Amino acid sequence: MSTFHFPESIRSRPVYGRLEARPGKAHLMIADAQGAEAILGLALQVPELMAKTHVIFIPKGTDFGPKLQALSPAQYYEGPSYAAALSRIQRVLSDAAMGLQIYLTGTEGLMGQAQNAAMQAGYDYTAIQTEHRGSLARRMQCVHCKGITEDVILDPFECSHCGLNLFVRDHYSRRIAAFQGVCIDAEDPGNVPPSQEIYS
Amino acid sequence: MSAPAPNSTAPKIMGAEKIKVIVSNIVPLNDLVTRFEFKRTDGTIFPTFSGGAHTMIEMQDGDLKRMNPYSLMSDPAERDTYAISVRRDDHGRGGSLFLHQKVQVGDTMTLSYPVNLFSLDLRARKHLFIAGGIGITPFMAQIKQLNAANGKWELHYSCRSPELGSYVDELTSKHPHSANVYYDDQKQFIDLHTLLDGQPIGTHLYVCGPKGMIDWVRKTAAAAGWPKAHVHHEEFLAPKPGKPFAVRLAKSGLAVEVGAHESLLEAIERLGVEPPYLCRGGACGQCETDVLESDGTFIHRDHWLEDYEHASGTKIMPCVSRFEGKTLVLDR
Repeated sequence: MSTFHFPESIRSRPVYGRLEARPGKAHLMIADAQGAEAILGLALQVPELMAKTHVIFIPKGTDFGPKLQALSPAQYYEGPSYAAALSRIQRVLSDAAMGLQIYLTGTEGLMGQAQNAAMQAGYDYTAIQTEHRGSLARRMQCVHCKGITEDVILDPFECSHCGLNLFVRDHYSRRIAAFQGVCIDAEDPGNVPPSQEIYS
Repeated sequence: MSAPAPNSTAPKIMGAEKIKVIVSNIVPLNDLVTRFEFKRTDGTIFPTFSGGAHTMIEMQDGDLKRMNPYSLMSDPAERDTYAISVRRDDHGRGGSLFLHQKVQVGDTMTLSYPVNLFSLDLRARKHLFIAGGIGITPFMAQIKQLNAANGKWELHYSCRSPELGSYVDELTSKHPHSANVYYDDQKQFIDLHTLLDGQPIGTHLYVCGPKGMIDWVRKTAAAAGWPKAHVHHEEFLAPKPGKPFAVRLAKSGLAVEVGAHESLLEAIERLGVEPPYLCRGGACGQCETDVLESDGTFIHRDHWLEDYEHASGTKIMPCVSRFEGKTLVLDR
């Protein structure tokens, strides 16, 4: 299984659930990597859902693509990265009508960014379903230079933009779709604890 | 903040702050509905409010002090006047009858600061309004607010008949493409399924009207996959008359008999005990009160407490709910 039980944290930290089929006129599922397993699971429970579902999948090196396609969704798109898929996601959202159900699954970075795209289309974030699957890597914003570093798995880590040593916080921004990274050695430059994998 | 009551150690929060007003105009709109307009007695301007806000009107009707919430329906940008429209309810407890029959131009009255429990979600791409009868009032203010901000809206307004269609002429002449009116007596009904189908993403739905209409709209929207966060409703319950009953207040050591035509909250206030409140209509949750002891049947009418709380017999909303039985002791 590609699931992980996140420990309790501050209120700012997003919490994820389990995808469930909800009544709707149309369904949009966006997933990356192991998120595909959540969609496969849902389709097994409610096979008729897929005929009204648009699946957008970013494999990130996994081979779930053919299995998802075999579910015969109403529409299927596979993109090499979230950035590559974004224009399609925005187009699907702008054309959508109320009654659309949105399901996001996979890494936190994928879910956060897709949630942000849906919010910008005017869809309330509380109505979007999410299920975490796969990597615990995070999308981090350096609070100092504002640069984004994708797929951060080590804490502390070096900002890919300004090079500061950043502490991985649970403090999250829905607007930026990123966790906040704060300089860990500001008061005592060079005094940086050894990096560990997040949640290790 | 209002000044604390004499001898009290902590300032009490009881409803919103008050404004003294003079009734500046009374405009009968039809057989049932009359508009009341107010100006401040001190000649200054009113606080701003957002569309959907209500004010609490104090009415001294003989020995009885009533406080009823009414939606502000004037233009939120118009700071020198507040206006409400009141539907006469011949079978209610008498608040609307008092306004219709006893209040005259030039009378001084007391209003509360506006409180909004039915505000627009300004993240919405489009606002879809469903009104039934006097439920049009909050939308009157919201429409003016949205027009000033270039907001996108559409109204579907159901009334009994053209004669009872309050503000229909104003709405349809100013907004012929956005205001849609349906008359029951001409067998015109809102085709809700079709209306909800195809609304652009980011649409928020608002309903104000009789309970049956609110339930119908919420249920239909949920079945069509509309998220709860996109569906807003306002339903103030007027407290209903009932059999008189006795209540004891444990903290204050007082006891009172709740009259047939007064609410439990009003009876408690008559003793000088002041529970917090905002809506006095079973919606806001402010006056929630713990029940310490009871022997009898609760008549819960609010839509604040959960069903299990109603069943537990440990909580009551004194603004709209009543009691029938021998003993009732509250933590007040």
